[in-house]
Amino acid sequence: MGMELKPNRRSSRAYWAPFVAGGALGLTLLLTFYLTGHGLGASGAYTAATAALLETVAPGSAQNNSYLGSYITPGRSPLYSWIVFEMLGVIVGGFLGAVTAGRLKGQIERGPSIGRGSRLTLAFAGGLVMGFATRLARGCTSGQALSGGAAMALGSWAFMLAVFAGGFLAAPFVRREWQ
Amino acid sequence: MSGPLEVQGLLSEAWRLALGFVVGLLFGFFLERAGFGSARKLTGVFYLKDFAVPKVMLSAILVAMVGLLTLGRVGSLDLDLLAAMPTYIWPQLAGGLLLGIGFVVGGYCPGTSAVAAASGKWDALVFMAGLVTGIFSFAQLFDRLESFYFSGDLGDVTLADWAGLPPAGVVFLLLLMAGAAFWLIGRIERRPRKDEGDLGEHTRRSNAVLGVGGAQS
Repeated sequence: MGMELKPNRRSSRAYWAPFVAGGALGLTLLLTFYLTGHGLGASGAYTAATAALLETVAPGSAQNNSYLGSYITPGRSPLYSWIVFEMLGVIVGGFLGAVTAGRLKGQIERGPSIGRGSRLTLAFAGGLVMGFATRLARGCTSGQALSGGAAMALGSWAFMLAVFAGGFLAAPFVRREWQ
Repeated sequence: MSGPLEVQGLLSEAWRLALGFVVGLLFGFFLERAGFGSARKLTGVFYLKDFAVPKVMLSAILVAMVGLLTLGRVGSLDLDLLAAMPTYIWPQLAGGLLLGIGFVVGGYCPGTSAVAAASGKWDALVFMAGLVTGIFSFAQLFDRLESFYFSGDLGDVTLADWAGLPPAGVVFLLLLMAGAAFWLIGRIERRPRKDEGDLGEHTRRSNAVLGVGGAQS
């Protein structure tokens, strides 16, 4: 965070062609199925982190919660789980990707006509809605759309269509945030 | 060795977690290379400006889907041992709608926000704090949401079960539909744009600020 690029570095690498990146992600997903029997995920790690945070702040509060209770194994942190290790890999992999492409740069990403404060407020609000939504849908774009989609689960494909519908419905209201 | 390895007890706990880290590493690296550490690129699809999201997602799903069926066919992967993906149609539709709204408002999803935060995006870090708060809210409200959470239970139903087709037939239809979607995207991408000047100007400015060139779009 906040690191500077080398001063003489003028250009970052181009992104990969979408079908190349998609193919690489598809093969990674296939490898995950071969190794574990399940796909990739992301929101589950945030749920484990939420449970761990609650247990630290108020011991027993996650364990006694009707939803988060299943994330708690006595004598073991909720963070000691496959999905958390996978997400640590995502963070390190994303960091290595950004560094090797010359894209590591502290910034607040936003469109030309929105201020920093508004962008951060909307980032938090969007995250809040999405955090809630991932629990309702039993997963996110990784666990439901990509993994369930590849496994041909009916609910995952319905979920994916609903995600695009929701995005297109809300997009006009936040156009100034991006465009 | 025939998979899945973990389900057959062929992976120790340490290997299981270490390999989880490794597949996560690949996942994060390829997401970054797809451009998915950028909120403006991710949300571009909703303004018909950047179609990387549907292109990458559809191609990833289809590659994995064809791979699963092929490995199953040649006996390298026992598809019956894969984790069940139950369908609860109502909460999945409602959750999907909400998630789409959160996506275009917040700019990321859970996986991509981690990649973006790791590339220095402060807004992604704030988004992640929002995620945890949203999950906490859901947990607090769960007693009231429980009956809806379990509604529309269709069991472990696949597209093949639902359509009454063999899996290979579903793959064939999805490939056709993806082809049609990519054709349509290509038409939209090639159409002349009125506001191109605007976006181009901003991109040049932000590239000057970032010290980069040609990275956007």
